[in-house]
Amino acid sequence: MLNLRFVRHPDPSPVLVFAVSLGAIAGSLLVTAVLFALHGVAPLAAYTTIIERTILDGRGFSEVVRKSIPLLLAGVGLVLAFRARFWNIGAEGQILAGAVAASGVALFVPVPAPLMVPAMFLAGFLAGAAWGFVPAILKVRLGVNEIITTLMLNYIALYVVRWLINGPWRGTSVTGFSYSDRFAEYAWLPTVGTTRLHWPTLLLGLGLALLLAFVLSRTRLGFEIRMMGESPEAARYAGVNFLWTTVALVCVSAGAAGLAGVGEVAGIHRRLIEPNSISLGYGYTAIIVALLARGNPLAVIATALFMGLVFAAGDIMKVSLRLPSQMPSVINGLVLLFLVCSEPLLRYRLARRTLKSSQSAEGGATG
Amino acid sequence: MEIELLTGTTARALAFSTPLIWAAMGEIYAERSGVVNLGVEGMMILGAVTGFIVAQSSGSPWLGLLAAATVGFSVGLFHAFAAVTLRANQYVSGLAITIFGLGLSGLLGRDWVGRPLSDSMEVLDVPLLSDIPLLGPALFSGQYLLAYLALLAAVVLWFVLHHTRQGLVLRTVGESPAAADTAGVSVTLTRYLAVGTGGLMAGIGGAYLSLAYRPSWGEGMTNGMGWIALALAIFALWDPLRAVGAGLLFGAFFTLSFRLQDRFPPELLTMLPYVFTIFALVLTALGRGRRAFGAPEALGHSYSRGER
Amino acid sequence: MRPPAPSNIPILSIRGIHKRFPGVVANDDVGFEVYPGEVHALLGENGAGKTTLISILYGLQQPDEGQILLEGRPVRLQNPRQAKAYGIGLVAQHFHLARRHTVAENIALGLPDTPFLRPTRKLEQRIHELGEHYGLDVDPTARVWQLSPGEQQRVEIMKALLQGARLLILDEPTSVLTPQEAQRLLKVLDQMTSEGKGVIFISHKLNEVIRAAKRITVLRKGRVVGRLDAAEATAAGLARLMVGDFEPPRSKKTPGGERSVARLEKVFSRNHRGLPALRGVSFDIRGGEILGVAGVAGNGQAELVEVVSGLRRPDRGHFTIMERDVTELGVRALLDRGVALIPEDRNHMGTVPAMSVAENLVLRQYRKPPYARAGLIDWRAVAGFAKQSIARYEIATPDQSTRARLLSGGNVQKLILARELAGEPKLVVAAHPTYGLDVGAAALTHDLLLSQRERGAAVLLVSEDLDELLALADRILVMSQGQVAGIVEAASADREQIGLLMAGTNEAAGAVA
Repeated sequence: MLNLRFVRHPDPSPVLVFAVSLGAIAGSLLVTAVLFALHGVAPLAAYTTIIERTILDGRGFSEVVRKSIPLLLAGVGLVLAFRARFWNIGAEGQILAGAVAASGVALFVPVPAPLMVPAMFLAGFLAGAAWGFVPAILKVRLGVNEIITTLMLNYIALYVVRWLINGPWRGTSVTGFSYSDRFAEYAWLPTVGTTRLHWPTLLLGLGLALLLAFVLSRTRLGFEIRMMGESPEAARYAGVNFLWTTVALVCVSAGAAGLAGVGEVAGIHRRLIEPNSISLGYGYTAIIVALLARGNPLAVIATALFMGLVFAAGDIMKVSLRLPSQMPSVINGLVLLFLVCSEPLLRYRLARRTLKSSQSAEGGATG
Repeated sequence: MEIELLTGTTARALAFSTPLIWAAMGEIYAERSGVVNLGVEGMMILGAVTGFIVAQSSGSPWLGLLAAATVGFSVGLFHAFAAVTLRANQYVSGLAITIFGLGLSGLLGRDWVGRPLSDSMEVLDVPLLSDIPLLGPALFSGQYLLAYLALLAAVVLWFVLHHTRQGLVLRTVGESPAAADTAGVSVTLTRYLAVGTGGLMAGIGGAYLSLAYRPSWGEGMTNGMGWIALALAIFALWDPLRAVGAGLLFGAFFTLSFRLQDRFPPELLTMLPYVFTIFALVLTALGRGRRAFGAPEALGHSYSRGER
Repeated sequence: MRPPAPSNIPILSIRGIHKRFPGVVANDDVGFEVYPGEVHALLGENGAGKTTLISILYGLQQPDEGQILLEGRPVRLQNPRQAKAYGIGLVAQHFHLARRHTVAENIALGLPDTPFLRPTRKLEQRIHELGEHYGLDVDPTARVWQLSPGEQQRVEIMKALLQGARLLILDEPTSVLTPQEAQRLLKVLDQMTSEGKGVIFISHKLNEVIRAAKRITVLRKGRVVGRLDAAEATAAGLARLMVGDFEPPRSKKTPGGERSVARLEKVFSRNHRGLPALRGVSFDIRGGEILGVAGVAGNGQAELVEVVSGLRRPDRGHFTIMERDVTELGVRALLDRGVALIPEDRNHMGTVPAMSVAENLVLRQYRKPPYARAGLIDWRAVAGFAKQSIARYEIATPDQSTRARLLSGGNVQKLILARELAGEPKLVVAAHPTYGLDVGAAALTHDLLLSQRERGAAVLLVSEDLDELLALADRILVMSQGQVAGIVEAASADREQIGLLMAGTNEAAGAVA
């Protein structure tokens, strides 16, 4: 008879954490393989095609990186918020807020050409931060559930964008479609060669990840954020100013998502367009990116790349494999489900019972 | 004239808010047992899509409803498994269900988009009750059966929660699982059933959309209703009867806002329910005294014997 | 060992109980009997294995080895439901009551014959009757959060009795009671034993055990170290059995300085639920003095600690440190003015279990040089301080990067003491500093508090252990209903007097209401 029981794991090693995250990804890819087969596509061949056209192909890889840019920016922001136990589900809306602000500056504000791009990023950051400020202040002052408020603000942002592109900001030279005029050329972000890889945003994302890693590990503010996240009572005891710190870091978190929105409109579309085309659900996927990274801003670089790969693979699946366009969002959900179910592996481990104590049928996990 | 406006608005409000009421009641039932369910949106949309597919394939909306309820119940059980047995983070588990549900429903319903349901549910009047002046036209005539059932379910649920042994057990599990445990109640079983039943009701709410209110399937057709239902549960202070009131109020605001159609762009009108939701939560928070006694004390906490 | 009534079969008899947890033997060959009509005391320190034994008797945990016999028949208790079916009732130290439910609802939950519809109907009458019979009056329609801890305990006892308990286990029942309420509880127990019920009375308080019990079983480190009749027991003898060779705290010197370090004047404050908790508290602590704070749990001591350490702003009144008004200052500013706090909850407030020992050692000093400069943390300075503290306070840890979660309770407290006493504070606020500690760590804590006093610091020592207060404090402030019921000189104080003060305004307020 197998004589195993669950024992509390007080301190999971980084290797175990990494292995469990990897296992969750592997599990979801396995289920996806089944989905491929159900749609009449040989899973192995499908994965081969996807890898050949994304990782092994220069242009394909540039698409992977491009799609990971918004995930990186928003994901790094969310890591920060989640560490302080602020459940920001609103990155999607914050991305759109950033996109709107950047478009507004590009279309209507007379900024000297060389300063245009920085001005757009600044406006996008501030707009994203403002979109995060509302739920942050409601939470710390009134205790309003931030999950619902950030989510509602996603829908509000979506309809604001729709209203703008159908109404006040609707392009003068546009017929039939709903979008704004194209930005002037000096409001475009430069790209790498002929790809759509808008590298300034990528650098911003990488820089932000490094900066936040530094803040968390080396600064007083980082120490405070970690205390708040691990033990609010202890943080209170240590004299951390909750109100200020929470609001500030949520604003930074949301501002980062706003930057992602700037990158999408200034780097790719070069105009304000239908909200579902500005963000393909990046704000929601960023939640997964942040959770997979388990609180580590540098790990976001890897997890964002992985989820970027899923999005890029979505295009390949649609075009080359004729699979439904909903595939990436299903994979998104699967990764998250597997992540949830693998969580206990970090808290408990299986141990062999000692012989003497094995006569009782006690469930050790309750200890 | 004004009376007709009132009854007409109430009737339209009920039609609009029926899925909200179903989902909010499901959420209340689950949360009263101490489990937060952020997967309502996912459960609703999965209910909507399976309900539609089964109804369209079989020709019977009632079979569709049954399928939707079953799917909702099963997904609820999964959430209970994650939250209670695995003791995973309840927020993340619920979010996972919502994100997965939105994706999967899109995949499942891909071939069914834009094909109106051939045999949808029909509106009917409640015998006797529809003849009551004011109340009859407002609440008991010209609605789908599921709307009436929502009202009935709210009354039943309220009665069960406050006047039966089962309700006492459920509430105790949500308030103090340790007290329930020492009284010999199975916290695990109670929570599984509550979250499963909550999922079932969310599934019915979703089916109302695709089988009755808008008898068709559209990707993402729940459009955040599950999240609004979550807010309604808080606004209603976890009371089923108040949830009906809150749902009707919500529906009435929404219905009335359409009288502004000429002056406001449609996008901004569509946005209103989400704005209302935030306002409702702020209002609830401002009535802080009540709130302190609102949420079940063990809400969101997993329970294990011997850990406090 | 002769059983008191040889003709009787014991209600409960346990033999050779062993229970091990990783790294600890909680029960090692424990055995005793409870006869009908007997109060049997289990005496032992925190960590002696009492709690584990209760869990086993109530089916919450299963023993690794050993036998449980109920009325002579061997039984296996696999869950509380079975234990209850066998007539075992438990009044735990932390009550298992749903606070927002009524008394009747709480009781109805555990009864087998509760009807499906309107579960509490008929029950209210039974509660009244039983209450009169045993002297356990509680209002069945009251909500639990409205009740005092003493009343809540009565609800728990009532619950057990209505469930048909013939053997009642009371875990530290007097820790939430005034001495007078405790007296009343003993009367209830008398009534129960006169009807042939058995009671297991768990405590670490010596005199109380002698008064309450017929026979006493003493546990130390999981083993039975003594069985005796209460009539033959003395407090000193029991103490020796309970703790082994133990030096009582050394004798006190007269207070050093005379300067007022902290002063409260008519301070009012609310608790976290917004209800009045402090109602005009005034006192003065001098340097070189230990001021003890006594009181039944929940009479404002927790809020007092919070106000004095800056965690809670008073609604009204004045608070001064070294004659400077600090009423409006927060915890950080008070820390800078030399207020150290040894919090009650070591694992939620006192330390961050997921952070390292070194990080926890600067949990409150991280903002200032040498640990931080220009917003950046100097981890080398932190490591230096950690190394020094670990050596000086003999904190047992593999190294300073070990997470605090892995430390034992005594070592966590050493860590907190090392941190809080590092800056030579002017005022040391210690909330229940020895609760749950083993003898060694408790003695060290006492020594450190006394040496702070000798250094000239003022110490505010809040404790529910009257013996600890009488041994350490110079004066004892008694709190009741959020007010100072009295301040007595420890040298001339007696328990009776303090007990009356603890209850005093309690009863007066009850008469008015």
